[in-house]
Amino acid sequence: MGKATPHVVATFYTTTAALAMQKAGVRHGLRGRLAPIPRQLSAGCGFAWREPAEGGAEVASAAADAVRAVLEAEGIEAEGVVLLDL
Amino acid sequence: MIYFDNAATTLQKPPEVARAVTAALSSFGGVGRGVHPASLAAGLAVYEARDAVASLLGAPGADRVAFAANATAVLNIAIRGLLPQGGVAVTTAASHNSVLRPLFAARDERGCEVRVAPHDARGSLDYAALERLVRGADLVVLTHASNLTGDVYDAARVAHVVHEAGARVILDAAQTAGALPVDMAALGVDVLCFTGHKSLMGPQGTGGLCVAAGTDVPPLLEGGSGTHSFDERHPRFMPESLEAGTLNAHGLAGLAAGVAYLQARGMADVAAHEACLVQRLRAGLVRMPGVRVLGGGEAAGHCGIVALNVGEADSALVADRLATEWGICTRAGAHCAPLMHRALGTESQGAVRVSFGAFNTEEEVDACLEALEVIAHDVSRGR
Repeated sequence: MGKATPHVVATFYTTTAALAMQKAGVRHGLRGRLAPIPRQLSAGCGFAWREPAEGGAEVASAAADAVRAVLEAEGIEAEGVVLLDL
Repeated sequence: MIYFDNAATTLQKPPEVARAVTAALSSFGGVGRGVHPASLAAGLAVYEARDAVASLLGAPGADRVAFAANATAVLNIAIRGLLPQGGVAVTTAASHNSVLRPLFAARDERGCEVRVAPHDARGSLDYAALERLVRGADLVVLTHASNLTGDVYDAARVAHVVHEAGARVILDAAQTAGALPVDMAALGVDVLCFTGHKSLMGPQGTGGLCVAAGTDVPPLLEGGSGTHSFDERHPRFMPESLEAGTLNAHGLAGLAAGVAYLQARGMADVAAHEACLVQRLRAGLVRMPGVRVLGGGEAAGHCGIVALNVGEADSALVADRLATEWGICTRAGAHCAPLMHRALGTESQGAVRVSFGAFNTEEEVDACLEALEVIAHDVSRGR
């Protein structure tokens, strides 16, 4: 395993919502991608959106805001949005 | 060969459909069952199919479109989910067995009452009777267009009456989705059931249901979901709540391609094309002595189906002559529509169903008319 770095992780109730995020994330220019959900999270869906957030608290906050903005703009229901070292 | 059995399944599909399925077969992993590239490819293709269907049929969004193997499967899901134990269901005599049998099973096994609104000998629905039957009902299952006559019924009018009565309405759009412009929101139905392999141009083994916002359809099947693995029961989140087990992602990739073709061509163009073919065939048939065209009495419209009989000739023999002597594929018999045949008085004779698709031509219609003229002449002479 490589060195853990901060990521904003969005989790979903359904695979369909996760896939909607994949399409929306690309369209809105996010840097993240869909990945298997980290085991420390207990979300229902096996997919999570991982947005890189390395560079300090302000960068992490901005990354979380960007993810939430896409979720809201596209009407995608997330189970949660958290900051994790992955 | 002239293929006029599109109400059973479309044979001539856009080439993009086969290309999409072929590509999927060699590149897809399990849909929703992993996050590696092969699984994501399958997942995104299924998502594209949901999005395309939602857009074409006026569903609230991709997350309100659930897939299954065919219209029969999703009608079973919707009927079982929305008709309570001991509840009252209403349908019409135009219904296919995919509606009638689940309803009669609910009557026999779950204490439900089933009321059937009649059609007259021209195939027209008795709306006044339907409106009376809806009172006190829990669920109405309406066939959008008869798979026998092609007549379209006024779904918006029925949905309004059903909702006034406090019930829900399922629309069986097996014959209209992809053949006519269909907008679930404008029609006001709670659930719209469709099949992928007819006018939507997808492969067999694809179908689905669109569920209105605020309508909860409980799962019929429970099992693998790829999510919530430690829950004892199947997750209740749409659309995956209605999709236990691995989806037919290969087929759904083809369905997405078929729907994309329809969107690019335009539903109005497809509907107008099929209406022209229907009109041409009917115009030729009315000039043939002894030929009876079934249905046609509905004000709400018509899809690309013409059902007929030649004198008292067995419909199976007429269809067989069309196939063996002229290479024209039609469908004879009862068409899984027993109550409509009873209404039309064709239980013993059956009917010859000619059904058009987006790729049929006027020349093919003319060839069919020439063949039927020969058959009608023979029948009139007792041969």
